[in-house]
Amino acid sequence: MRKDFISSAIGMLVLTLVCGILYPLLVTGVSQVAFHSKANGSQLFVKGKLVGSALIGQAFTTAKGAPLTQYFQTRPSGTDPADNDAATEFANYGPNSTITEKAIAANISTYITLNGKYYPGGLTAAKVPVDAADTSASGVDPDISVLNAHIQAYRVAAVRHLSLATVDGLVSKYTTHRGLGFSGEPGVDVLELNLALNRLS
Amino acid sequence: MTFFGWLTIFLFVTILTVLAMPLGRYLAAVYSDEHTFMDPIMRVPERFIYRVIRVDTTREQNWKQYAKSLIIFSFVGWLILYFILRTQGLWSFTGLNPMGYHSMPWNVAFNTTSSFLTNTNWQYYGGETTMTYFSQMVGLAVQNYASAAVGIVVAVALVRGIANRTSSSLGNFYKDVVRTVLWVLLPLSFIISLLLVSQGSIQNFSHYLSFKGIQGLTQVIAMGPVASQEAIKMLGTNGGGFFNTNSAHPFENPNGFTNLLEMLVVLIIPAALVFMYGKMVGNRRQGYAIYATMMVMFLGAVIVCYIAEAHGSPAQHAAGLHTGVVAGSTGGNLEGKEQRFGIAGSALFNVVTTVTSCGAVNSALESFTGIGGAVPFANLSASEVIFGGVGTGLYSILLYVLLAVFIGGLMVGRTPEYLGKKIGAREIKLVSLGILITPLSALFCTAMATASNAVGKTSIDTAVTGAVHVPQGFSETFYAYLSQANNNGSAFAGYTGFIQPNAGNLGSHGISFADLLGSFDMLFARYAPILFALAVAGSLAGKRVSPAGLGTMRTDNTTFVVLLIGVIILVGALTFFPALLLGPIVQGLTGHLY
Repeated sequence: MRKDFISSAIGMLVLTLVCGILYPLLVTGVSQVAFHSKANGSQLFVKGKLVGSALIGQAFTTAKGAPLTQYFQTRPSGTDPADNDAATEFANYGPNSTITEKAIAANISTYITLNGKYYPGGLTAAKVPVDAADTSASGVDPDISVLNAHIQAYRVAAVRHLSLATVDGLVSKYTTHRGLGFSGEPGVDVLELNLALNRLS
Repeated sequence: MTFFGWLTIFLFVTILTVLAMPLGRYLAAVYSDEHTFMDPIMRVPERFIYRVIRVDTTREQNWKQYAKSLIIFSFVGWLILYFILRTQGLWSFTGLNPMGYHSMPWNVAFNTTSSFLTNTNWQYYGGETTMTYFSQMVGLAVQNYASAAVGIVVAVALVRGIANRTSSSLGNFYKDVVRTVLWVLLPLSFIISLLLVSQGSIQNFSHYLSFKGIQGLTQVIAMGPVASQEAIKMLGTNGGGFFNTNSAHPFENPNGFTNLLEMLVVLIIPAALVFMYGKMVGNRRQGYAIYATMMVMFLGAVIVCYIAEAHGSPAQHAAGLHTGVVAGSTGGNLEGKEQRFGIAGSALFNVVTTVTSCGAVNSALESFTGIGGAVPFANLSASEVIFGGVGTGLYSILLYVLLAVFIGGLMVGRTPEYLGKKIGAREIKLVSLGILITPLSALFCTAMATASNAVGKTSIDTAVTGAVHVPQGFSETFYAYLSQANNNGSAFAGYTGFIQPNAGNLGSHGISFADLLGSFDMLFARYAPILFALAVAGSLAGKRVSPAGLGTMRTDNTTFVVLLIGVIILVGALTFFPALLLGPIVQGLTGHLY
């Protein structure tokens, strides 16, 4: 018994030293040298000032939450305030819940109000892409679907007085592909796209 | 459903099998003291560690000694982790508390410690809002290693019990743990974490980033040593996220490739252990039979979940959404899912993490459709024998194998024997107890919670739906205790029996009763089956082997696979079906909004 306690106690300390201290330090050391930018959060800068991370979605709204029409909009978020990476959480909307239905209906109507008048033929609920109506998981989803980006492109082009082809060209440029060609879904990185738009005009 | 969705599932299963077979051979070599390519690097530290911890590895242990070492090792680990969490505010001098968080309240620390000790990683705290870098890496990550190693060595001990023909020894606990960490977990984690960083996972000790965006909003982005933690979290089927939203967070799981990688990493050791088993008992076909059993049930779960999620939810349809596939959008129930993973990547991920004891999530289980959400329930109800946690999966399914052999033996009217060893009354008693502990604990705690105002009833009344007494609320409560009993750790996160501690661990401390009930659930349902599995191992070890005759029931053919699946489903279904009806199945079948 006593022998087991001694072995276990020293064993746990050795394990802590190896797995809890040496291992993360070694990984950090190698990552900081080999993948410096990625290990520090894929930070994006404008004129030397930090404006975000390519991997973390942002709300392109006023402080009161009204969407800024000149920017592409990210997906609905369950965090408080929207796209708050300091305290991520799921929205936890149940599948058979009237509250979920109301939340989705509200997102649909916001989306239609924002984009409907620019989109040829207008928008109905059935035309709204699911990613624009459904809340993301992390609350900071950086991507939107290609269809969602294409619909928003009409609005952004009109507000910024750019040709649709120019905006759609940027959308294609910032579309990420499936992992290894098959895993996951293509997505358009909203922050990088908006930064590119700002550089244009 | 899309072509790429099905392709992902197909390629995932293929890659997994191709990788698991050589790893299985490697594991067999590691636990049989044969030469491996890691020996030149690890032999020296190994010998050094044995000297420091004063263990004579030539002394083999019988099952009681093995179990005693395991329990004491776990108990000491519990004390150390609890101490770290309770004092995390005092370790700021290390520079690993840049956000100045306070120490954890006792009830949260109690639950979290029990949770990480038992490989559950149920999280009653938000990682980025309450946990210091010090606690994450020096406390939690160490238990990610230790609890994974403990699970694996129990499986190895049981395999030795089945394979040994001459002695009643099961090996040496400390030696097995040390070799698991040095030969398997550390090298793999190191490679995986660098792969994750190369894709965008972060690995630093910086203060959280604070800045003003181009739209003029002030924002904060959390930082930390994420990748090193993520790697062992998946590899050890632990599942405790660095961030509150776990593997849905872009820094934990940046893209489609890492999603695939993380899924593979979760299943690789559980799958390899099955092949190791075949090799160690000297009959590879035994391993293949178990692998086939697991794979059939796994594919069934994935297919049901993918179809259900691709169909969309009643709430979406009521709101007027079109959930079919259209050009540029994957459609389906994308509520609580990330765009980059899509429907298939989310459904597959959650099946992978709920058949194992991983419990990491890359999407919100709460938001899965009734049937899609019933799949994780079913996976947990099968007591995680479909691959299962590292080690726990193999030892749990071996208990089921013995039960199936017993039932098959009764059917054909012969003394049941497995691999030439007679299965007697003592073994079957131990096996039955080992199998029934988990359901007992889960259902007992769910009943307690449902009946008690302090814990679960509020959740049923006020579940996200806001209506009274709704199935979703019952699902949340039931899932919470089922998940903890199976040491899984995933959650229907709308459960209000638990309240997260405030940011920085300030102020009120949430509900204590749920923490304690959950801790009891996790500890009891972890260590009781381990003891029974080791007792079975001890009972089988050293038994004489009688040669197989004409009347011997074969355990490596399709008939046995079917029998085994039947036994697993029967035990799982009979135990849990009534409770499952009340929650997910009602929702899945009716399409009614509450």
